[in-house]
Amino acid sequence: MLNFLTSTVGKKYLMGASALVWVGFVFAHMAGNLLMFVSPDAYNAYGHALTSGMIIYVAETGLILALLTHVFLGIQLTLQNRAARPQRYAAAGSRSKGAVFASRTMAIHGTIILIFLVSHLITFKFGTYYETTVNGVVMRDLYRLLVEIFAQPVYVIWYVISLVLLGFHLSHGVGSMFQSFGLLHPTYQPVIRKLSWTYAIVVVAGFLAQPIVVFFIANEGR
Amino acid sequence: MADKKINLTLKVWRQRGPKEKGEFKTYEAKNVSTDESFLEMLDQVNENLVKKGEDPIVFDHDCREGICGSCGFMINGDAHGPQKSTTVCQLHMRAFKDGEVLTLEPWRATAFPIQKDLMVDRSALDRIVQSGGFITANTGSAQDANSILIPKTKADEAFESATCIGCGACVASCKNAAAHLFTSAKISHLALLPQGEVEAERRALRMVAQMDAEGFGACTSTGACSASCPKDISLTNIARMNREYLKASINRKEESGGGGDG
Ligand code: HEM
Ligand code: SF4
Ligand code: FES
Repeated sequence: MLNFLTSTVGKKYLMGASALVWVGFVFAHMAGNLLMFVSPDAYNAYGHALTSGMIIYVAETGLILALLTHVFLGIQLTLQNRAARPQRYAAAGSRSKGAVFASRTMAIHGTIILIFLVSHLITFKFGTYYETTVNGVVMRDLYRLLVEIFAQPVYVIWYVISLVLLGFHLSHGVGSMFQSFGLLHPTYQPVIRKLSWTYAIVVVAGFLAQPIVVFFIANEGR
Repeated sequence: MADKKINLTLKVWRQRGPKEKGEFKTYEAKNVSTDESFLEMLDQVNENLVKKGEDPIVFDHDCREGICGSCGFMINGDAHGPQKSTTVCQLHMRAFKDGEVLTLEPWRATAFPIQKDLMVDRSALDRIVQSGGFITANTGSAQDANSILIPKTKADEAFESATCIGCGACVASCKNAAAHLFTSAKISHLALLPQGEVEAERRALRMVAQMDAEGFGACTSTGACSASCPKDISLTNIARMNREYLKASINRKEESGGGGDG
């Protein structure tokens, strides 16, 4: 088993598995965010329901472990890969024989995503705690915080950039995940590539709807 | 087609030996017929260098028919040059325009030490094959072709994987200098056939272990390998290798005996 986990093939299984956890979470998170468009109360009640049980601790532990695995292996593989090609070529190859941009820069957008993740948790999860009452239950008013934050252009820009980079990461990553799991087949190859892009675009568009709509509503009539 | 003459400027990596420091040197290739192959053009440049008493540019080659896998270097950052599905020995000068500047570099990878100029040591690939890319049983002389029935789709897939000539362009073009395309092609062409299936697990374990031990990188599925491969080996081979390796790791038993040093 140790041989498996330390091999370049086994590490990619782990890389893919840890990514899959986040691919699932990111989608669910995006879908949950869209409740904001139903009503502030629906949004707050959803957040309250998620955070009131024990399940949140299990989920958070899983996510943290997966992220640590992903980042640790990502760093290790990147170093290993650089050591395998210490001297770069003087000439850049043509596009037809090269690799798509996103696939060459996984470690770079990955690092920015990590920075974004930390800042995102500080801003929201550990941000100002407003209270509100929905159907007689006192709960956190995350909606209010969100409207405050997304009224600030600087934060919106940072959010948009980070998400577009996440989109790049996923546009290559999701397809690569199938490959790492050994699930590539001539018949499915084009489908997987499209699936990868579709997932990335849906996730990014879903997340960006929130700040963009809030920003324009909040700054309307200024 | 009437043969046209073109003039080119070559920036060639010159390195006297494995331990020496290399550098780019510029040469003019004058009056090159567009019907010549790339290696013939280099032969001409070399003849002129020899006449001037200079050291000729060293590059690997043998069959010059695109089947042996000896040739290969980077032309303007592309493994085997700009043309798809082509080894550099089969690349013709009509692929270039008059006045072009071409940068020629050897394959660059820790696992492929440069021997001289454009020639690298690819024995790491041989050692991967030696670690498990074979069938142990003596199969004797060829038996009747129909005595072992193999579905056509499998036979075709195995054949396609078997067309890998071991040139190393996949490693050279990969940003990680990974040998996954090569190794997976070698694992696949045997694993797909009944004769090779028997030892598939041991083969996968040993060949992956040897590949890692040689200092190649890991796969990021960028696809540059397959795009540069003169034989169009497909990325699906890598997926098969990953499956084979997972299966073998789960079923792993104590290894007993057997040849090779995987
Ligand atoms: C938190 C910081 C992150 C870093 C530093 C990071 C880094 C990386 C790196 C370096 C790779 C390439 C691995 C390789 O070359 O083998 C990669 C792959 C991948 N990442 Fe990330 N990533 C991060 C976050 C995420 C997140 C949040 C997701 C999902 C929502 C994600 C999804 C993926 C996927 C799907 C792959 C492809 C896995 C595979 O090839 O098997 N990453 N990541
Ligand atoms: S897979 Fe293609 S590029 Fe790699 S060694 Fe075989 S023939 Fe050459
Ligand atoms: S010299 Fe044999 S393949 Fe090019």
